[in-house]
Amino acid sequence: MNCTDFLAKLTDYFDGQIDPTLLVEVKEHLGTCHHCEVVVDTTRKTIDVYRGAQTYEFPDELANRLRAAVMDRCKTVGKYPDVEKRASEPVAKHS
Amino acid sequence: MAATQATVAQTEAQDPFDPTQAIPPEVLASVLPADVAAEDAAPIEIHPDIALVERAKAGDTAAFEVLVRQYERQIFRTAQHITQNREDAEDITQDVFFKAFQKLEQFQGNSKFSTWLVRIAVNESLMRLRKRKTSKTVSMDQDVETDEGSIPRDFAEWRPNPEQNYSQSELAEILRKTIAGLPPGFRTVFTLRDIENLSTEETAEALGLSVPAVKSRLLRARLQLRERLSRYFRQSKEATK
Ligand SMILES: [Zn+2]
Repeated sequence: MNCTDFLAKLTDYFDGQIDPTLLVEVKEHLGTCHHCEVVVDTTRKTIDVYRGAQTYEFPDELANRLRAAVMDRCKTVGKYPDVEKRASEPVAKHS
Repeated sequence: MAATQATVAQTEAQDPFDPTQAIPPEVLASVLPADVAAEDAAPIEIHPDIALVERAKAGDTAAFEVLVRQYERQIFRTAQHITQNREDAEDITQDVFFKAFQKLEQFQGNSKFSTWLVRIAVNESLMRLRKRKTSKTVSMDQDVETDEGSIPRDFAEWRPNPEQNYSQSELAEILRKTIAGLPPGFRTVFTLRDIENLSTEETAEALGLSVPAVKSRLLRARLQLRERLSRYFRQSKEATK
């Protein structure tokens, strides 16, 4: 297995969806190729950092405002399409 | 098996912008909990959302509000990641739940309720992107043919806990800038699969893509993000001395 073959299996390796014989080859390659070892470590870290970070804030105040607006529209319109048009535009103002 | 999945995904991919389109019957049949659960069949685990959806269908808005609370954060983040625009994300979040409420009858319980919502959110977000960039079509297929940035070039090791070198707001800024540089099709797959923790199959369903297409985009998204983040997180020369 070379580096290109290894990269092609990277997603399956991360997701633990890899055939056992292939897993042996993948681990063998990782044991001898520092570059691919670094790629695995840093890719895993990339995922962890994104997962653990608050990339976009979603404060409670905003959540409450959006939810109130949604529920308002749902209650106004219910399932009657004749009033749908009136309430089909977002009503909560942007912050 | 793989062939069936590909066919299903292809059928769906033909019309990826109808958020409420029917799921193919063969997919439906494989997971339908309703009358098919004969007593001698293995018990089917029913997700608690299903009961809430049933109540909401019957007009119980309080039940629907519980569902909104449960998924508003995920829907907002997904919309913000795809559109990269906060005002759009706010509008989309409202629209997604409002549309979901109106189309509840069309939710058959064949997929998770959250996946169904995410699918609506993805479609709404892509439509917003298309509206904003009027001259350019925006779709899941945009820019995916290029391999630029997907081949690892930076083999530097990173510092241990590299994110700790930045304040929370600095880190958020770095992560936003970095993911904003990916084509929409890549950052959407990364968002659903790695940030929102959908399975590969759920991601494929939400995006109307085949499983292999999701895997290939995911690989390239992860590698491109890694390459870009390496600039900030790599071990500095001073540190290795
Ligand atoms: Zn290698």
